Formats: sequence, C-alpha cells, structure tokens
Amino acid sequence: MAFELTPDRKAILDELLPRYPTKQALTIPLLHICQEQNGHINEDVIAYVAKTLGISTADVQGVVTFYTLFMQKKVGRNVIWVCRTLSCELAGAREITHCLEKKLGVHCGETTKDGEFTLLKAECLAACAGGPMIQLNDRYYENLTPEKLDEILDEARKRRDDKVKGAFSPVGILANPGSK
Amino acid sequence: MPVENPRILTKNYGTPQSWTIDAYERSGGYSALRKALTMEPAKLVEEVKAANLRGRGGAGFPAGMKWGFLKPVPGKPNYIAVNADEGEPGTIKDRTLMELDPHRCVEGFIIAALALDVHSVYCYIRGELVLAIRRMEEAVREARRKGYLGDKVLGKDFKLDIVIHAGAGAYICGEETSLLNSLEGLRGEPRLKPPFPAVVGAFGAPTIVNNLETLATVPTIIEMGGDNFSKLSRLHDMKDGGVRLYGVSGHVNRPGVYEAPVGITLRELIEDLGGGVRKGRKLKAVIPGGSSTPVLREQDLVNAPDPKHPLHRWHGKSHLDVPMGVDTMRGLGTMLGTCCAIVMDDTTSMVRAAENLMLFYAHESCGQCTPCREGCAWMARLCTKFANGTATRQDLDTLLDVANNIMGNTICALGDGAAMPMLGILKLFRHEFEAAIGHEQPSWGGVNA
Ligand SMILES: Cc1cc2nc3c(=O)[nH]c(=O)nc-3n(C[C@H](O)[C@H](O)[C@H](O)COP(=O)(O)O)c2cc1C
Ligand code: FES
Repeated sequence: MAFELTPDRKAILDELLPRYPTKQALTIPLLHICQEQNGHINEDVIAYVAKTLGISTADVQGVVTFYTLFMQKKVGRNVIWVCRTLSCELAGAREITHCLEKKLGVHCGETTKDGEFTLLKAECLAACAGGPMIQLNDRYYENLTPEKLDEILDEARKRRDDKVKGAFSPVGILANPGSK
Repeated sequence: MPVENPRILTKNYGTPQSWTIDAYERSGGYSALRKALTMEPAKLVEEVKAANLRGRGGAGFPAGMKWGFLKPVPGKPNYIAVNADEGEPGTIKDRTLMELDPHRCVEGFIIAALALDVHSVYCYIRGELVLAIRRMEEAVREARRKGYLGDKVLGKDFKLDIVIHAGAGAYICGEETSLLNSLEGLRGEPRLKPPFPAVVGAFGAPTIVNNLETLATVPTIIEMGGDNFSKLSRLHDMKDGGVRLYGVSGHVNRPGVYEAPVGITLRELIEDLGGGVRKGRKLKAVIPGGSSTPVLREQDLVNAPDPKHPLHRWHGKSHLDVPMGVDTMRGLGTMLGTCCAIVMDDTTSMVRAAENLMLFYAHESCGQCTPCREGCAWMARLCTKFANGTATRQDLDTLLDVANNIMGNTICALGDGAAMPMLGILKLFRHEFEAAIGHEQPSWGGVNA
C-alpha cells in the first residue's frame, strides 16, 4: 500500500520546505519524519520521498543505505544503541554489552522475539565522559552499571505510551512532544 | 598552582533552565548582538581576526582568516554551515553548549551572519543528539519570537533564518565537504578541494563552515574586544587566543568538560581538571584531542635545542608539560584536534586500544577512496589478530605498510586520521605489538577494572 504522511507530520515538512534552496535538501529530514511514522524505511517510504521531493528512488535509496539511523528493516518497540568506542570501552563498555546481550537474550544487531528491544552497537555518541553509556530510543543513559541496566530495561518494558519510539525522529521534535 | 578555570563560555552552565531565553537575557545575553549591530561587518571580521580564534573543530584554522576567504558571487547568497556533528571519538564539548547554552550558539550565529552577509544559517547537528537538537530548535523559535531572527533582526534591515538540520548517523559528515553534501540531501561523501567551501560550498554558493564552539565564542569576542579575548590565552604570542572548552575522558577520576585558557598543559588537564589518573595508577598514554590525534607519553621529552625552534621554550620538558595549542601540539608530532583528551592508565593494552580505534575507522570510512576503505578495514583486521594472539611478525610490517600507504592518498582527512594514530601507537608501543605475537591480550572493559 502506498505510504503517505499523516497531516501533522506533513505540516512539519511544509514548514521546512521554503527554508532550503532545493527540495532535495529535505531528503534526510523527510526520511526521519517518515521513519518515525512507519517504524522503518521500506520501498513504499522511498517511493513517497522520491515523489514528494521530485528526485529518483535511486537517490533516496543511496541516502538510506549511507546513514546508520535509517532502519532498513523493522525494529523493536525500543532500540538500544550501546557505545563500543574507546572512552566507553576503557570505562567498561564490553561488560555492559555482554550484560545487555545476556539480559535480552540476543546479540548486537538482533531484535528480541517479543519485539520489545533491538540491540545495536554504536560508535562514539559524544558522551565519553559518561561512559559506559547507551542510547535508549532518544535518550542517553550514562555511567552505567549492570544494576542500573535492570532498572532501565524494566522501565522501558513497562512504558505503554507509543510516543517514544525506537525509530525516533530528531526532526520536528517540538511538534512531537513524545520525545523528551 | 591549580589551573585557572574561568567561567566565560560556560558562565551559564550552572544556571537553572540555562537554555531558556529568559535565563540567557538575564545574564546579559544578546547584548553582544546589540553591539554588533552598531558595527560595520568588516569591523566584526577584524575583531575575530584580532581574537586569534583558532577553529575548534579539529584543524585549528584561524577563524578570522577563513572569514576573509569568503568570495561572494553576484546573484548568489552566502551561507554559513555550522558543524555540530561532534563525532570524533572522545569529543564531548559541542553537545554541552547546545544543551546548556543554546542561545549563546544562536547569538554567535547571528553575529557571524552579520559579518558575512548571510541570510540563511544551516546548523548541522548529529541526529543522535536529540536533546541538543530540541534545545537548539527551541532557542531558534524563542529568538524569532523576540525579534532576534526574522525579516528584521532587532529592527535592522537584515533578514535572517537559522535552520536546525539533523544528520542521520555518519562520522564522515563532520568533514566539511561531506557535511555540505549531506545538507544537500546526498550521501555524505567528501568533495575534492579546491574549490574550497568559501568559494563553492552549500548549494553551489560561497559558504563558511565553522565548528559550533568556534561560533559560540564570537559573542564573547565582540563583547570584550578581540585583543582582550586573545590575551586570555597563554599562547597569545603564538596567535592562538582566548579560552576554550576542554574534555577529558577515560581513566581519570573526574571525566568531563571544562573551560580553561588556551595553552594549559595536558598534565593540568589530567591532574587539575580531570582529578588525576583513577585509583592512583600511573599514566600510560594520552590521546590529546580526539581519536585521530597521535598519543603522547609522560616520559618523552621535548628535544628542541635550537633557539629558533617553536618548542625551544619547553626544551627538555615532558610532553605533558607543553601548553596545548594548535602549533605546539603539531610540534610534538601530534595535533590539538578537538582538545578532548582520552586518558589511559598502565592497565591498558595498547593493542586493544588500537583495535578499538581501527574498528571505528573501518566502520566510518565512507568507502569512496580505496586506500581508506581497504586500508582502515585491513588495519582493523590486523589489530584484531594482534589482540587475539594470532598475529605474526610479518603482520607488524604489513600494519606499518598499510598505514603509511593511506597517508596523503585520499580525498579527505579521515584516512590520515586513522593512519596517524595507528603509526603513533606503533612508534611508541611497538614492543606491545611484538609481545602480542603468539599471546592473546588480556580481556578488558569491566566497569570496575
Ligand atoms: C573525518 C573528519 C571528521 C570531522 N568531524 C568534525 C566534527 O564532528 N565537528 C567539527 O566541527 N569538525 C569536524 N571536522 C573538521 C571539519 O572538516 C572542519 O575543519 C571544521 O568544521 C571547520 O571548523 P572550524 O574552522 O571552526 O574548526 C572533521 C574533519 C574530518 C576530516
Ligand atoms: S566513546 Fe562512548 S560516547 Fe564517546
């Protein structure tokens, strides 16, 4: 089925369009907005973005495959990015990663069977002084210990609102009060 | 004597709700803009030149000189692209400015726009930094409501829009031409230079790309005057002026972001600001300014007997006691980079540290140039062999060879940024790689290790 943005999300795009000299410049912002609605980027989303911006689907596909925040398959209700880079590793990122893998029963790159969590490795997230750290959906959690992880995972499991998403959008976040 | 810890760039960091326009105005915010509106654009550029403001994004290029390179083209707008991609491992400073003092950033952008006759500023922020994006977006809206942005900036016949543009996860987009491609909606692959962005930049128009901290410093420069600002530095005489943000992470007691004059030493950063190496351990190595800058050790001494040598003043001193400046660090064979240090104590395996970094570059190489795409992955594979004890003596030669063959052979500096730290580690810690032949490196990475 063809993909369409909801009117409130379309409004974010309409506000942005006149602020750039080309429509193509909206490729990344629009993909973010679409991903937040759809949960991931599929062929329908790509076709919609291409049509809306007047560019080829190959152009859009090229962008989608270049950037790590664009999910090319369905992800869990929560996405955990665990930083593996040097400052975090010096502070214990390996232990935190193993811990997460054990608690969730998946390896990095996988989604739990119940669809609650996708676990992914991240490169340095500019929070090195707070290592080890994870990004859970759109929020950072720093100075982690295995005990703190339990709390964080529990809270995420219990969360029932669907405003916070694993596939969050950093565009139009003021229009979408879900992201804190 | 403990190091000075001025509160100029960070003066609002402790204020409740410091990110709101009310808090910012209460602390005197936007008064630099009012002053700037009474000055000629050329005078603004002059002040930034006099401030000896070196770019805070990594290369340390003089900001005033860069502004002087802008080449307006009749019929085309000029643009400013703010680099807030903050992706260099170890770097944590721009995020604090955006989260805690976004209006300082906005005010800096507006003054820069006045100086450079720019009517659209694009602020490219890493997509992961949601809180920073939110605060910046909110700040832009508040500033617009108050008339600092819009059709007439504070009533003056000057139109200005600031667009907060979120990236989507790619270290390479911090490289300035890659950032421009990404802003235009393309894959973030770097462009060949020349032409430089100041001549052909965003959307084919002349563009100044500056780091976010560089521009957030501008209000202070206009407020106190360029020369006064420059003199806050300990390296004022080396044309490296002012105060800046330092970061310190890894094995220290108080990791974090600190403000200090330009030119404090690594020892001061680690001991006075960072609270010293954790658990009273000994320092093994420190990466001075983000992962691309080669490591330094305490036991290495400056060798500059020639009075004309730029480092002569520090002849015979430890590398840790040389002031951190753009040119001094270059003199030591490393770089000041982003001024955010990563500290490693004597329990650290340099083989594993190298492996960690090379995996980063292998993952982040955009794939455009063969030496970088193949070379980074190759260095990572070889480091992994050393880490798990399966490397041979031949691998050590290959590792050196691969690193040397990346240097200078790529479109952008990512490849060099991977090869330089690799060569740096091999130069100072070759013995650890030799000892790793046939021996697996101890595992590491425990939270209490
Ligand atoms: C691979 C690579 C990544 C970079 N990442 C950043 C970054 O995240 N932020 C930044 O300000 N500059 C980064 N730079 C430096 C920019 O290319 C550019 O020099 C800088 O934004 C210029 O601003 P400045 O003169 O104000 O420092 C990077 C450079 C390279 C080669
Ligand atoms: S190394 Fe993990 S946030 Fe920088």
